Amino acid sequence: MQTESPPESGLSAHAGVYPLYVMLPIFALIGLMALSSELTADRKMFKLEEGSQAVVPHSPAEFEDILGGFDPFPPADAKGNYPTPPPPLSEDIFPCTQCHEDPEDDDPERRELEMEHTNIKLNHGDKSRWCLDCHSFENRDMLHLSGGELIPFTESQRLCGQCHGTIYRDWRLGIHGKRTGYWDGKKRYLLCVVCHWPHEPHFKPLKPLPPPVRPQFLRPQDRPAVDETQPAEEH
Amino acid sequence: MAATDAAHDEAFELGRRQFMQAAAGTLAAFMTGCDGGIEGFFQKTFRELSPEELKGVVARMEKDYAARWGKETKISTTPPREGVMFGYGLDLSRCLGCRRCVYACAKENNQSRDPQIHWIRVLAQKKAAGVSLEGANPYYDPDLVPQDDVFYMPVACQHCRHPQCTKVCPVGATWQEPDGIVVIDYDKCIGCRCCMAACPYGARRFNWGEPNLPKEEYNPNQHYLGNRPRPRGVVEKCTFCIQRVREGRYPACVEICPVGARKFGNLLDPESEIRQIMERKRVFVLKAELHTEPRFYYFYAT
Repeated sequence: MQTESPPESGLSAHAGVYPLYVMLPIFALIGLMALSSELTADRKMFKLEEGSQAVVPHSPAEFEDILGGFDPFPPADAKGNYPTPPPPLSEDIFPCTQCHEDPEDDDPERRELEMEHTNIKLNHGDKSRWCLDCHSFENRDMLHLSGGELIPFTESQRLCGQCHGTIYRDWRLGIHGKRTGYWDGKKRYLLCVVCHWPHEPHFKPLKPLPPPVRPQFLRPQDRPAVDETQPAEEH
Repeated sequence: MAATDAAHDEAFELGRRQFMQAAAGTLAAFMTGCDGGIEGFFQKTFRELSPEELKGVVARMEKDYAARWGKETKISTTPPREGVMFGYGLDLSRCLGCRRCVYACAKENNQSRDPQIHWIRVLAQKKAAGVSLEGANPYYDPDLVPQDDVFYMPVACQHCRHPQCTKVCPVGATWQEPDGIVVIDYDKCIGCRCCMAACPYGARRFNWGEPNLPKEEYNPNQHYLGNRPRPRGVVEKCTFCIQRVREGRYPACVEICPVGARKFGNLLDPESEIRQIMERKRVFVLKAELHTEPRFYYFYAT
């Protein structure tokens, strides 16, 4: 029987199926060489080698002193308002008029204090200001604004807001500051001085809580015995 | 021939009966060992339950958990409120990288301690490189934070408006509630982890092993879709502390942050701080090119 020859496939129609037979092995060889070199390379491929070895899982229970119970707020009063907590003054220091009864006994000249309050080193605009630019000279139980108005310590945010106006606006809106309580209720406010000590307001750096366990150490049987005090090598 | 056939059939008949009895017994024993027992095995999923059935399911769960952890448990099923759409703000100019949010979240949400699960991951990045997730390091552990040349960016579930995770779930175990929270029904989840592959932010965590939660650290105030203890083999993630926010409170991470870098509220309320942040501050989202439109906004307050 006359059978038709099968239609020529596109591949064999070309004169060059032979280049394919040559290129495929070459590419396979290159691929294998690259693969073997990657596998045998002693290289830290991931930047995650930086940082802690992160072998030991830490639990929140180890940090109960940090995580438990920071709530400086008294509960809401009968009208549902949250009274702002009082300013954190040092013990027995208030009222200041215990010692500063009569302004005439004091020296209003700007100077380094040597007799009392030596534990306070002002680090807050200290090149341009000193104590009496905020504390009222005539009445030490009050602070004064730049226009001369006297304000009590419980309203000290108005004094801070004179220079830090944008922060003061953000604080009034709730954008600045620690938020606790109810998002759908009245806001609870902390005075500036509860978080920022006015004589040296910059926050001190603190020790971070431990990093999470790396995925390769999730199972206890995969964890090596490591000295957690030594960090991993920097990449 | 017929006799042996009959005898053969009878022998097989007895064998089949014994087999079925043994199989039923095994199945029953197996199901009682499962989380929730036989009722749990046949329980309908959260969205299918009628209110009465839901009450029964919740009562059974409260009893089970109280028996396991020794504390009286309260599982709420508070629905979302009208006119509420949650938004979250994170102030990158303030975050110290102290990780108190990470551990407060683990404490509040009954996360497994070992194998460890943390819903929040704080990424340390070099300031010179800007926001560059490829160069981010979650395992930083210096003596003091913040370090001078590094900024810190905590990442958790972004509760996107177009969540990719809910699209790919083959069984419908995860969905977005009307108030914006993306939730998981842990009893429906089959543990295929398609959602984990789909999430661009790496926000979901899987219970590879049996979760280990000590009795002393158990939080009994729970929501059905939130922080009730998870079984092995399901996916979990940040729920915006649904047990807290549906009662009007802030999430645990917002309350613990020592520098007030975290902000939360109702985007539809013009006086909420999150709405003021959206209107006044420079706000951005992660991976904006993917158009997931997260509800988690990073901003610089200064």
